[in-house]
Amino acid sequence: MSETTSTTSTAPAPVADNTKPLASEPKGRTGAARILMGRDAVTIYALVAFLIYAAIAIPRFASPVTTGFLLLDVIPVLLIAMPMTLIIITGEIDLSVASTAGLTSALMGVLWAGGTDIWLALAISLLAGIAAGMFNGFLIAVLGLPSLAVTIGTLALFRGLALVIIGDNAVANFPKALTAFFTSKIGGTGIPTVMIGVVVVMVFFGVLLHFTPFGRGLYAMGYSKEAASFVGINVARSKFWLYVGSGAVSALAGIYWTLRYTSARSDNASGLELAVIAAVLLGGVSIFGGKGSIPGVIAGVLLIGTLNYALRLARVSDVVLITVTGLLLILSVVAPSIGSAIRQWRHTRRVRRSFTRKAT
Amino acid sequence: MMLNRKNKGRTGRLGSMVAITAVAALALTACNSGSASSTDTSSPSAGGGDQKITFIPKQLNNPYTDVVLGGGKKGATEAGFASSQVVGPLEASASSQVSFINAETQAGTNVIAIAANDPDAVCTALGEARSAGAKIVAFDSDTNPDCRDIFISQVVAKDVALIQTKLISEQIGGSGEIAILSATANATNQNEWIKYMEEELASNPAYKDIKLVAKVYGDDNDTKSFQEAQGLMQAHPNLKGIISPTTVGIAATARYLSTSAYKGKVALTGLGLPNEMRPFVKDGTVKEFALWDPAQLGYVAAFAGKALKDGKITGAEGDTFTAGELGERKVEKGGLVIVGPPTVFNAENIDKYNF
Repeated sequence: MSETTSTTSTAPAPVADNTKPLASEPKGRTGAARILMGRDAVTIYALVAFLIYAAIAIPRFASPVTTGFLLLDVIPVLLIAMPMTLIIITGEIDLSVASTAGLTSALMGVLWAGGTDIWLALAISLLAGIAAGMFNGFLIAVLGLPSLAVTIGTLALFRGLALVIIGDNAVANFPKALTAFFTSKIGGTGIPTVMIGVVVVMVFFGVLLHFTPFGRGLYAMGYSKEAASFVGINVARSKFWLYVGSGAVSALAGIYWTLRYTSARSDNASGLELAVIAAVLLGGVSIFGGKGSIPGVIAGVLLIGTLNYALRLARVSDVVLITVTGLLLILSVVAPSIGSAIRQWRHTRRVRRSFTRKAT
Repeated sequence: MMLNRKNKGRTGRLGSMVAITAVAALALTACNSGSASSTDTSSPSAGGGDQKITFIPKQLNNPYTDVVLGGGKKGATEAGFASSQVVGPLEASASSQVSFINAETQAGTNVIAIAANDPDAVCTALGEARSAGAKIVAFDSDTNPDCRDIFISQVVAKDVALIQTKLISEQIGGSGEIAILSATANATNQNEWIKYMEEELASNPAYKDIKLVAKVYGDDNDTKSFQEAQGLMQAHPNLKGIISPTTVGIAATARYLSTSAYKGKVALTGLGLPNEMRPFVKDGTVKEFALWDPAQLGYVAAFAGKALKDGKITGAEGDTFTAGELGERKVEKGGLVIVGPPTVFNAENIDKYNF
């Protein structure tokens, strides 16, 4: 701001002096340095550092068994974090994801218990998730209501519907072959077979965000919705499809949850939305929108998951666990603010110095 | 371009770098202390090649559970386990116990004693634990019978029902109108007990003058139970006694009676926690009530786990094992072990119990 006011208001002298350092030093990092020093890269480093530490310090951590249990635990968060990343990058939020998963789980249980073919039950559940996402998308994109308010409402609404559908019962007798598949591992690697599907989802959202015009448009929307629509981005339509995607992926997570735990209940996945948002923010996505990347988020999810798993293996109480997760989250949100405060301070100092140099 | 320039800083991300390093450092220290405590507990077992037991309750920080686990720790020491641990979720949701079971499997725990939040959700994880060599003891709340070796149950459902009808009959002198104030209308445990009570009242000639006039539900909510108790007294002026087979209901009813004109005139019994009921027993509102001793549940679970791991029992019907000071226990049909008859609490013995 100070640059522009000074250029427009006063003599050309400060202008000449100001452009020189700007031209001589690069704007931010470029090329490899930019990738290696980015906020999301930092999360990846933290993950790698912690993995190495845990492998050395925590007995029994370094084994394929860990890979299996750890991934099975984080898959729901990992799945939902993908659309959530895109939504938060546009500056919106979706708090109803866990309730959508719960609703899917309840619906699937009731359909299966009522004698529906399992594949049909899965398809209907997935469609229900998509419908839930469309409902959110309609209220937010078409009616233009604030996403925070809408999804707080649907958080309660979808969970309530789940209760209406299945009551306080639980359906558990899903086909053995199917539930066994959901906990099976690929050979001796310890990697769950369902990870293949999860990787497909991750690649889909990664490519969508980073390599398509649609994805670039989301960043633009995150900075300024008005500006984005001026450059020809259809803000409402983009938002609508994001919520549909979020509903669909939440339904997948609900189906996974049901078959992994072989139990369809109305309270499945409750509270998961907070775990997802925490991981997304830790992965370097700005809650104000406009910043973030899929690799960073994946590292964020895995970092929280690994931390939880390692502490649990070391039999540290859950109280410590949630405290650590909470602190991590606060630090990850505070860190960029401190960073920008320092940048701001250095910028003002440089501008001030250039003026004093000019004066003398 | 404009968008980029406004938000992307030109200087480095030094700040975030520093903060993330701090984050990592924090994580490492947290883990350091964690691994330190784990080595503490596991070192004796590693040295002697001894056995480890881990209790996984429905949730941590629940007063009832704490008593059960206190008994479990005591039993584990007496049974000869090298170490005993308690791990568990902070909230009692269906799937929250699974990752704890997984961690125990990986830690090579010999016996896992679990009170399941959902009979089926924990099954796969318990199956993996068993194939890794662990023995599974369910206590308090059963899992699917296929997923555990043995289930330690508080009491026989019928005994719970019978002791309550006996207590109320004694307190009202064997004749008069009584009512039941239960938990929710579809509570499994309570409905089973009420069914036995009704059968007993109808069939036992000693109870022929006792008439059950009402069944109301306080939903295990203190305020609602209090109001239901109040309503019972107005609707049935000749009421001589109330049975409340739930700890919340009996405490709320006792509170209402103790402040009303019915104190000492209308009898109250049922299932209650001694610590909650102590003032009402002392002030004469309640003469006697019953409950099993939760500590015995954990105590027997520990001994059952030891016997299973040592190969003395397999959980088959007819197996017997010794549960320390409680003596011999027999495995019944379906791998069920009954801890013992409910304890009756009154003014004389209530101070001996702290739960």
